[in-house]
Amino acid sequence: MNIKKHYSTIILAGVLAVLSVCSLFVGVLDIKLSDLAGGDVQQWEIFFISRLPRLLAILCTGIGMSVAGLIMQQLCMNKFVSPTTGATISSAQFGILLALLYMPSSTLWGRAIFAFAAAILGTWIFVWFIQRVQFKDVVMVPLVGIMFGNVIGGITNYLAYKYEMTQALSSWLVGHFSLVLRGRYEIVYLVAPLVVLAFVFANHFNIVGMGKDFSRNLGVPYNVVLFMGLSIAAMITASIVVVVGSISYIGLIVPNLVAMFKGDKIRGTLIDTALFGAIFVLVCDMIGRIVIAPYELPIELIIGILGSIVFIGLLLYRLKNGRKAVSIGKRNTDAAKVTGGTAK
Amino acid sequence: MIIEKLTKKYDGKTVVDDVSFEIPKGKVISLIGPNGAGKSTVMGILSRLIARDCGSVEFEGTDISKWKSKELAKRLAILTQTNNIQMKLTVRELVSFGRFPYSGGRITKEEEKIIDQAIAYMELQEFEDRFIDELSGGQRQRAYIAMVIAQDTEYVLLDEPTNNLDIYHATNMMKIVRRLCNELGKTVILVLHEINYAAFYSDYICAFVDGKIAKFGTVKEVMTKETLSMIYHVDFEIKEIEGKPLSIYY
Repeated sequence: MNIKKHYSTIILAGVLAVLSVCSLFVGVLDIKLSDLAGGDVQQWEIFFISRLPRLLAILCTGIGMSVAGLIMQQLCMNKFVSPTTGATISSAQFGILLALLYMPSSTLWGRAIFAFAAAILGTWIFVWFIQRVQFKDVVMVPLVGIMFGNVIGGITNYLAYKYEMTQALSSWLVGHFSLVLRGRYEIVYLVAPLVVLAFVFANHFNIVGMGKDFSRNLGVPYNVVLFMGLSIAAMITASIVVVVGSISYIGLIVPNLVAMFKGDKIRGTLIDTALFGAIFVLVCDMIGRIVIAPYELPIELIIGILGSIVFIGLLLYRLKNGRKAVSIGKRNTDAAKVTGGTAK
Repeated sequence: MIIEKLTKKYDGKTVVDDVSFEIPKGKVISLIGPNGAGKSTVMGILSRLIARDCGSVEFEGTDISKWKSKELAKRLAILTQTNNIQMKLTVRELVSFGRFPYSGGRITKEEEKIIDQAIAYMELQEFEDRFIDELSGGQRQRAYIAMVIAQDTEYVLLDEPTNNLDIYHATNMMKIVRRLCNELGKTVILVLHEINYAAFYSDYICAFVDGKIAKFGTVKEVMTKETLSMIYHVDFEIKEIEGKPLSIYY
């Protein structure tokens, strides 16, 4: 029974491990296992300076963005909220621009701090706003988020244009992994402790996601947990944006896909969500590297295409089946029989 | 629980006006009254969900606002109508949240037992792995009550527990309320619209009109022709069934 519960996790972990190894051997220069084993110094160098950092950055990105999306969706009680639709990414970019403008000599860490602050602030403002103005229609919330994000993006673009920063900024607007090299990507490791923190507070996030009265009844301080959770999600997002640039869709579709199979209890879904997110980004990255080899397409492009297809599929499934869980095994087929078509 | 001189205003309009009464322990107390009479607001203040403007709510010797949130959650549970049912949680996961004030989310064997008992008490065993958004209204309401049972509090506050339920499920809900009091020794306070449910299943009734208490007393004291006509401004007849006064209104 207990092992069965973890089947999906084990399978996802296995797939991710295999793909990770494959990814290490995809690239412009051929790295052969036999050469590595034979102690080829040059090949080992490529391996440690470029391939391994790239893989680690990809894993952190996939895990981070999907977990950030999961937290935001739970806390906002809205399945369409994510770092993209909640203005977090555009705020982080705005922060980077401010760092470039006012501290041109800033290091990666300097820029990261600006991005953290801006991302947290932007997300808070967005959530404060949607809490103030209670929208009846769930679709309104992400729409407001997209508009808010575009306003911030507009300001960013205007400032970048005015101070001739467009080119410098472009690297953070479209996400790609081609500049990930040893020494200039390590901030992305911050994702790991933040995800662990999210796991620790998973039950708190779940309870807050059930509503204000519900959490007060259980003695959970609603506002504290809400803003702490949002800050964690914003910091995860910002540390990825600083290194890789904007990566959309993952925070939106990965948590939704996993929830369809495993429900909304964060303790039960967080690891699967993280693993699946990592697989998704890894696959997209490999496609981007293979399609027009020896050149490569930015990951944002591949994710945009694949992501929108998956997203449309998700919407169609919802239209047809409502919020019903995807059936695996006996329990769910029974459930499906009883509830029948509860589609909205 | 002693309530004294409670007052609450919304935008200058007084919704709760100088309300004082004492809640007897180990009984079922129903708050009734027309719409906007302030009964739900009083309930909200009792359960610290709504802040009061004036007055005091003394709970076991200490003012309710001075209680630590987590400690209070072990003694007083409230169930409102505004829970997020979009969430895909199984019945069991929902009921486990009731243990949160005790365990902080780490579920031990012992906690597991309490959760099992709560699920069994509400006869939800066959549904325990189903998602709450797939259940019928009556089943879902029972799942929430099971959570409150797992929370193991002396006081249980229910805001319109029979709302949106058909006669069968609403009557069952009221029977459950009675069992919570009789079998588990809880003090249950509920907001009800159905006065006959209040009359048949509670020990005391507190009737509100315009933010004030119109009448507080045992069921027999409140369920009179004169009192009910005064509260609701319609004509009433009182008939006795199984020794309980039930009303007919027209």
